[in-house]
Amino acid sequence: MLRRFFKQETIKRQVLGTSYVVPDSSRCIQCGICSFNCPIDIDVRRHAWVGEPVKDSRCLTCGECIARCPRAVLRFQQTSLFDAQQAAKEE
Amino acid sequence: MRHYVIIGAGVAALSAAQAIRQQDNLAEILMVSDDPFGYYSRPGLAYYLNGEVTEEYLFPFSEKEIQQLNFFRIQDRVTQILPDKRRVLLSSGGGLGYDALLLATGAAAAIPPVQGIELQGVVKLDNLYDARQILSLSRKARRAVVVGGGITALELVEGLCAQGVETHFFLRGDHYWSSVLDEIESRLVETRLIEEGVQIHTHTELSEALGKHGSLEAVRTTRGELIQADILAVAIGIQPRKELADGCGLKTDRGILVNERMQTSCEEIFAAGDVAQVYDPASGKWILDSLWGPAREQGRHAGMNMAGLPALYTKPPAFNVTRLSGLAATIIGAVGRGRSEDEVDIAHGESQAWRDNPDAIVARAEYHVNHLRVIIGKDTLLGAVVMGDQTLSHPLQYLILNHVDITPIRDELIAPGDRLGAILQNFWLNLATTHAA
Ligand SMILES: Cc1cc2nc3c(=O)[nH]c(=O)nc-3n(C[C@H](O)[C@H](O)[C@H](O)COP(=O)(O)OP(=O)(O)OC[C@H]3O[C@@H](n4cnc5c(N)ncnc54)[C@H](O)[C@@H]3O)c2cc1C
Repeated sequence: MLRRFFKQETIKRQVLGTSYVVPDSSRCIQCGICSFNCPIDIDVRRHAWVGEPVKDSRCLTCGECIARCPRAVLRFQQTSLFDAQQAAKEE
Repeated sequence: MRHYVIIGAGVAALSAAQAIRQQDNLAEILMVSDDPFGYYSRPGLAYYLNGEVTEEYLFPFSEKEIQQLNFFRIQDRVTQILPDKRRVLLSSGGGLGYDALLLATGAAAAIPPVQGIELQGVVKLDNLYDARQILSLSRKARRAVVVGGGITALELVEGLCAQGVETHFFLRGDHYWSSVLDEIESRLVETRLIEEGVQIHTHTELSEALGKHGSLEAVRTTRGELIQADILAVAIGIQPRKELADGCGLKTDRGILVNERMQTSCEEIFAAGDVAQVYDPASGKWILDSLWGPAREQGRHAGMNMAGLPALYTKPPAFNVTRLSGLAATIIGAVGRGRSEDEVDIAHGESQAWRDNPDAIVARAEYHVNHLRVIIGKDTLLGAVVMGDQTLSHPLQYLILNHVDITPIRDELIAPGDRLGAILQNFWLNLATTHAA
């Protein structure tokens, strides 16, 4: 039980450290549900319009936008830690 | 300075304007629309109805951002095109001259020709005005009847249900959306609707709407049944808004016929989006889509060509991801079963191409509420319906849209058994690894 819990925690940390939310623009119909549900008001929908990952250092990678999107537009994609740090610098 | 006039303010219009601006910094771009709300997510209206998103979030761009795009917006209706004079006339009087013109006028709900259809309480779902009206009626309504067969009809059913209105769904045949879904898929959707309290009436057709003092009170079926109702929502299909094109002699069929540069039969006039009927290399026919993605892409191509940058649009296999009674569903390519009894034509969010029933083999797998159907051609996959778990929808989207050769797994796919998902998944993983290497 405890081992499973720790495993989940590790996965969560990995996601937090090394993942972006990445859109598949061809699926998006700009309904706005992702932006509406983002707890820190990132305009996720705009990222889907321009086809760019959510490289916003404020992104909590909470997965709320991914879960709520009715079209499976968004998913987490692993990036190297270096990419993530680079993105944070660019902000 | 070149003058561009765009009729419409939907996604095709907006993406054309962006493409023109990218090519031509000095151009004057005029966007004329008869919708007072301008550009917003039309498919998002379904989620506004069921309460998943608020009205302000339907607008992808703020007023300030729209201004930065640097085109003039005019709220008016175009009544006529004068191709010889290169002018359009407006309903408020006056006109606008153009060097290049885009028709991005979209499509409007087809209205069933029955008595009483003009009564208050009879609604459709084309635009934000309609959605507001439905929400306002729902506050007082006790019962609603929905007529139609495609995605929009279902979204109306779900929206009305979510607003707490007792909802009755009329289907002409014996199952939902028979032009695209097979019986198992329809049943999946229907079962979930029934669980939500929707009353489905199969083999039921609307004959008339009855009212008092101009307001709807009941509907009658062709069998003579009378059902009390405060709302009658119709979604039996759409009609491209092609009157302007017909009026000035452009070549039209069910939509406005365009070549791969999105050009109509008149050199300076282009068309894109729901109103355009484009050549489909897969079937050799001119096809209507009512899909957001293609409307955006067609608009972009039209814009580039209008600004003098040659760009050829190739129609991809039709593809939509939607939600059918709470189940995520991806529909790709030719999966169809011909015509549906519930729709006069295609409806919003659909493609004519889905209805094609190719000469091919169907393989199917079911896992509880998940359902997978793939249409297998000679050496490629021609179409797929993925309902529920969407893991396989991404690989299938790639395999079908890119015409990937599936001969290595074809025999396995058509062999009986329920390993369809696993076979596809393995094939996909192998493909991904080979490409990554
Ligand atoms: C409820 C609903 C659900 C949908 N669901 C999906 C979905 O799940 N997936 C999907 O891909 N697509 C879906 N669609 C379809 C999608 O919204 C359309 O394909 C897309 O909006 C088409 O864009 P367009 O620019 O061609 O036309 P529209 O967005 O319809 O815009 C047409 C514009 O033309 C203007 N206009 C027309 N005639 C005139 C005139 N004479 N003068 C001035 N202005 C005029 C209108 O005011 C409007 O601004 C749905 C649509 C609806 C309504």
